Amino acid sequence: MTQQHPRLREFKFTLYRIFRNPSAIIGFSLLFIFAGVALFAPQIAPPKYPHNPYLMPHKGFSPTPKPPSQTNIFGTTSGQYDIFYGVVWGTRTAFKIGMFVVGIAAFVGVTLGAVSGYLGGIVDEALMRITDVIWAIPTLVLAMAIIVAFGRGLDKVMIALALVGWRWYVRVIRSEILTLRDQDFVQAAKIMGVSDLKIILRHILPNAIYPVLIMASMDMGSMVITASFLSFVGLGAPKGYADWGQMVALARNYIVGPPGDPLKFWYAIVIPGGCIVLFVLAWNLIGDALRDAFDPKLRRR
Amino acid sequence: MLAFITRRLLLLIFVLFGVSVLLFGILMTFSPERRAATYVTSPQQAKDIPKIIKQFGLDDPFYIQYFRWMKEVLKGNMGWSLVASRPVGEAFWNYFPVTLEMNLFAAPIVIIFGIWLGTLSGIHRDTWIDHTTRILAIVGWSLPTFLFALVLLMIFYGYFQLFSPGVLSDQLTMFIIDNPETFTRFTGMYTIDGILNGRFDITLNALAHLVLPVSTYVIVVVALNMRVMRSGMIEELSKDYVMTAQAKGADKKTIYIKHARRNALLPVVTVAGQLVALSMEGSIAVEVVYNRHGIGWWLAESAVQLDMPVLMCICLFMGVVFVITNLTLDILYAYIDPRIRLN
Repeated sequence: MTQQHPRLREFKFTLYRIFRNPSAIIGFSLLFIFAGVALFAPQIAPPKYPHNPYLMPHKGFSPTPKPPSQTNIFGTTSGQYDIFYGVVWGTRTAFKIGMFVVGIAAFVGVTLGAVSGYLGGIVDEALMRITDVIWAIPTLVLAMAIIVAFGRGLDKVMIALALVGWRWYVRVIRSEILTLRDQDFVQAAKIMGVSDLKIILRHILPNAIYPVLIMASMDMGSMVITASFLSFVGLGAPKGYADWGQMVALARNYIVGPPGDPLKFWYAIVIPGGCIVLFVLAWNLIGDALRDAFDPKLRRR
Repeated sequence: MLAFITRRLLLLIFVLFGVSVLLFGILMTFSPERRAATYVTSPQQAKDIPKIIKQFGLDDPFYIQYFRWMKEVLKGNMGWSLVASRPVGEAFWNYFPVTLEMNLFAAPIVIIFGIWLGTLSGIHRDTWIDHTTRILAIVGWSLPTFLFALVLLMIFYGYFQLFSPGVLSDQLTMFIIDNPETFTRFTGMYTIDGILNGRFDITLNALAHLVLPVSTYVIVVVALNMRVMRSGMIEELSKDYVMTAQAKGADKKTIYIKHARRNALLPVVTVAGQLVALSMEGSIAVEVVYNRHGIGWWLAESAVQLDMPVLMCICLFMGVVFVITNLTLDILYAYIDPRIRLN
């Protein structure tokens, strides 16, 4: 039998562990569908305004939502915006928010955490005290304050969330690195004269990155939730923008229908709302499966 | 222990100072003209803006303005709230009881349910009980609070017409406003004030209005608590002392409740700080959707109407609550776990 490279073997084992878990399969399939919808959005729902495809097309201005019909297969929400179009292009918005926020937050957090944990001393102390300060205010509250200062809009929401989100990663990666820093293989590399940067990049980060992956996956979900809530309140996406939170906000006054038919406008809330839940669920299921697969205590059982 | 507490107290002061600088820094991103504009009420006064900037020293260096502001805050003057149209400090005590009331009802449920479900799930690991609770926890975790609140309103208010949004029904609110002498607001929490005034109908009504907010909150927040408890239970049950207890013939209940659960509770204490942060965030969404005029609602409304003093006040308040909670938890943790005390 040919001997495989140990990294490759370990990677294969990890994949096997992940895909043995039913929640991973559900999570990845959901994600796959969402990714497909986001990629092929122009084909699934051809934009009416090519210069600004995120603007939902609407016929008329009537505030009352209209039920699903031949032309609007998911119905229209308040302001006659087409729900189907909004849901399809909202998928892109959700990916955009999640990837931008988590990407920046994870990059900043991992860099700062790695520097802080590896160098220690005064750098560590200073960075950790700054993190303590930012840590003291809940994400949503601090994000709101930043958005108010920067002005409204989806891009501002994304920047604000990225500015707040990195603090998680700093703490996690730092504590990982503190345990790795004094291990023999790092000492060996140091004695061999490998530079600090190379030690961090080649020896420490690959060993400390798993918790970050788990967190990033969970964060994709929670950041989309937070962004959609901010849109719901009216701080995020402007009216008519294809964003799930904003679509829920449009339908907010129609949660209760006319007397005798209280659930008349269910589609205006449930369809965009369901998209948020499924999107977040997909990421959380993946995160959960990753946690099970990477947890060294459970790994080889 | 004393040195530990002193160190944490020093850290507390530092964090509060940092939070205030951070918030003030956010406020200072506004140009002096924009900050002066809040004093202007009519277009004719617009030409006074340079005068206002001079008068209040809005273009002074950062630290001078910061210390001026800090002095007022320490005196208890937090500024004027546009949303509440009264001083921030006064309005705060008006809104705070509503939020506190909800948290007082929700917190015990979250703690008890989380520990119970987590223990159950950990004991029956990889059985259907475990799978069901885990799936429910993940789904609960994935539900955006505001959306879940809307759906609950849709079903229970719209369809069943059981519970309505708000804090109290309109007739009772009007009654309280009209008869301030017969109904004294001791605490500002209607459930408690109702009992103190002997008006149990008000207590019951307020409780009915709490059912949906509290359930929303519990279902969304309980997942974290449960998950930590579950993994704690699994870890403890695999340790040697459990095997020793089994070998000595202790029955399952004793092992689970007396040995394992006590140790598994430790990690729950560490995430309690996170739970507090979560519940603060959760109360914003819950209050906005259920139209309960508490701190969270006030914050969201202020953010929309650019009411900066309120944002600063609430951020500072939440910072204080969060830091003090963590301090208490650290001390509690050191008290429970002797290993930490010895270090």
